[in-house]
Amino acid sequence: MKIHEYQGKQLFNKFGVKVLENRVAKTAAEAEAAYNDLGGKIAVVKSQIHAGGRGKGTFIENPDQHGVQLVKSAAEAKAAAENMLGNRLVTIQTGPEGKTVNQVIVEAGCDIARELYLGIVLDRAEMKPVLMCSQEGGVEIEKVAHETPEKIFKEHFNPAQGIESFQVRKLCKLLGIEGKSVRAADKFMKSLCRMYVDTDCSLLEINPLVVTGDGELVALDSKINFDSNAAFRHKDWEEMRDLSEEEESEVRASNAGLSYVKLEGNIGCLVNGAGLAMSTMDIIKLHGGQPANFLDVGGGANAEQVTEAFRIILSDKNVKAVLVNIFGGIMKCTTIAEAIVVAAKSVGFEVPLVVRLEGTEVEGGRKILEDSDVDLITATDLGDAAEKVVATLG
Amino acid sequence: MSILINKDTKVICQGITGRVGEFHTRGCLEYGTKMVGGVTPGKGGQEVAGLPVFDTVADAKEQTGADATMIFVPPPFAADAILEAIDAEIKVVIAITEGVPVLDMVRVYKAAKESGSVLVGPNCPGVITADECKIGIMPGYIHQKGSVGIMSRSGTLTYEAVWQTSSLGLGQTTCVGLGGDPIVGTSFIDCLRMFEEDGETESILMMGEIGGTAEEEAAAYVKENVTKPVAAFIAGRTAPPGKRMGHAGAIISGGKGTAAEKIAALEDAGIEVAQSPADMGAAMARAIKNSQ
Repeated sequence: MKIHEYQGKQLFNKFGVKVLENRVAKTAAEAEAAYNDLGGKIAVVKSQIHAGGRGKGTFIENPDQHGVQLVKSAAEAKAAAENMLGNRLVTIQTGPEGKTVNQVIVEAGCDIARELYLGIVLDRAEMKPVLMCSQEGGVEIEKVAHETPEKIFKEHFNPAQGIESFQVRKLCKLLGIEGKSVRAADKFMKSLCRMYVDTDCSLLEINPLVVTGDGELVALDSKINFDSNAAFRHKDWEEMRDLSEEEESEVRASNAGLSYVKLEGNIGCLVNGAGLAMSTMDIIKLHGGQPANFLDVGGGANAEQVTEAFRIILSDKNVKAVLVNIFGGIMKCTTIAEAIVVAAKSVGFEVPLVVRLEGTEVEGGRKILEDSDVDLITATDLGDAAEKVVATLG
Repeated sequence: MSILINKDTKVICQGITGRVGEFHTRGCLEYGTKMVGGVTPGKGGQEVAGLPVFDTVADAKEQTGADATMIFVPPPFAADAILEAIDAEIKVVIAITEGVPVLDMVRVYKAAKESGSVLVGPNCPGVITADECKIGIMPGYIHQKGSVGIMSRSGTLTYEAVWQTSSLGLGQTTCVGLGGDPIVGTSFIDCLRMFEEDGETESILMMGEIGGTAEEEAAAYVKENVTKPVAAFIAGRTAPPGKRMGHAGAIISGGKGTAAEKIAALEDAGIEVAQSPADMGAAMARAIKNSQ
């Protein structure tokens, strides 16, 4: 789960990580008032969307307006907010359709001496969280990691203990942080590691992390992802969730306990199990087709969930055929077969449907489909299924 | 011979009084697994599926002599259940539960590695040694005693591979569901080591997927240490970057963990890679033929 920059900064504040004073604004008038409220000096208006690259990104409606704008008067703050709010910002991470900006923050300026990068992620190879820093702040860190990995410094830490002071000193030396800033870095990095663990982050990123003229460390940005598996112990996440940032059909699927990812193709897929669902997409492509989605109905799905899954797939107007691929384990083939019959009646299939069933109660499942009047094409195995569904598109 | 579990393995189920725990305990009993009891805190003294229920894993082990456990405890309590099994020195701990927070697993992984227990999972279908012992949720009847050792990060994709190897008459020794999470107790390399040493296993089939670098590490290990023929399939060639594909661990992040990188590493190690998921069994057969 992702949250906005301003929400991440609120968490930073709570954990004692220094951020600049800011105000959230949902209208241009609020942005104007926020500017005055912050003392009327230099400020920055920043679009709030769940994607990076905002500074370089521009708006579809206002091609001259960037997603982040430096302002020197209340009128400028108001104008920038006006250009941003309600409009679609396109960045390297949003895709060409962009994302609508529903709120901005107005943030006080500061005296920047240096821009660094800091990130915390899980290192899957070491099975531990890792704190990563670089002197290459403010730029695309993936590029640095790819082209000059030696410019990224890493220290692993144990979640229970957090990072140790000697590890911070090592990083400071590599980053060229000296004098009293080392003490500031100690508190800053320890607090971030604590926050990463206590709030169950899967990604915590500050780019840029700024060293000010008087040696303070300040988080100028925040990018936070949470580990969705830990939602049960963070009741506050529900309030932080911004449903307007998520694909509507994906929200609908997650509410029904289904795992769904919308793609660009025209062959809808309904599969049980994540690995088999990915493989089904792959084999469609291999036979010259394009999958319209990833959909895993899970192991214990019931008839209602499967029916909802069909509704979600068919609500995608690009879908011109549907492939059902079930290898029954916990999931019984009879459940799927019954759901297909129900869905055919209640949802209505106007596109060809290819069904491949195997595994638990497969005979019963096949019989239910044969005895029904649902118009479908049956397939004997995975390869046969992919071939047949691609063939329906002509 | 086989790996991890066999006809003599005595198994308990943690979370046996839950609907899912009871259902799959019965499934394992039907397959012929020596289920000897279950554990649910506060429900000791009850009976489920004809088996005694204990309050703690230590009690269950003392009373039944169990050497393996199958865990269906819900995510908020799953880490604790695994740690309890490790503390009771249960040899093989198989965690089926999906949805365990990853930072809980950092802690549990460390405890497991420092113990004498082998942890498999979480978020996995379990482990099965054909015709001997099934610990997990897989459909038992598709398995056929044979010579292929199977390991996989995905459940239903494993069934597909089992089905294909059974249809070709190759059959399986042991099939290990490693789990779809970023941190799991047993890696491809752990399994490769066991399969290489196992007298009955003649060839190895692995199913990987996008995310992480476990497949690349396995490829490097195969190149140096494995003499038996190995075939592989990688799921997620068409998966878009930055999107979690069902499994918590199946995500391409920062351009890393793509199927293409994994396939290249596997092929470089001389592993026969199936281009299509319909071709996994056939790829295994080709790898065996090529090694003769």
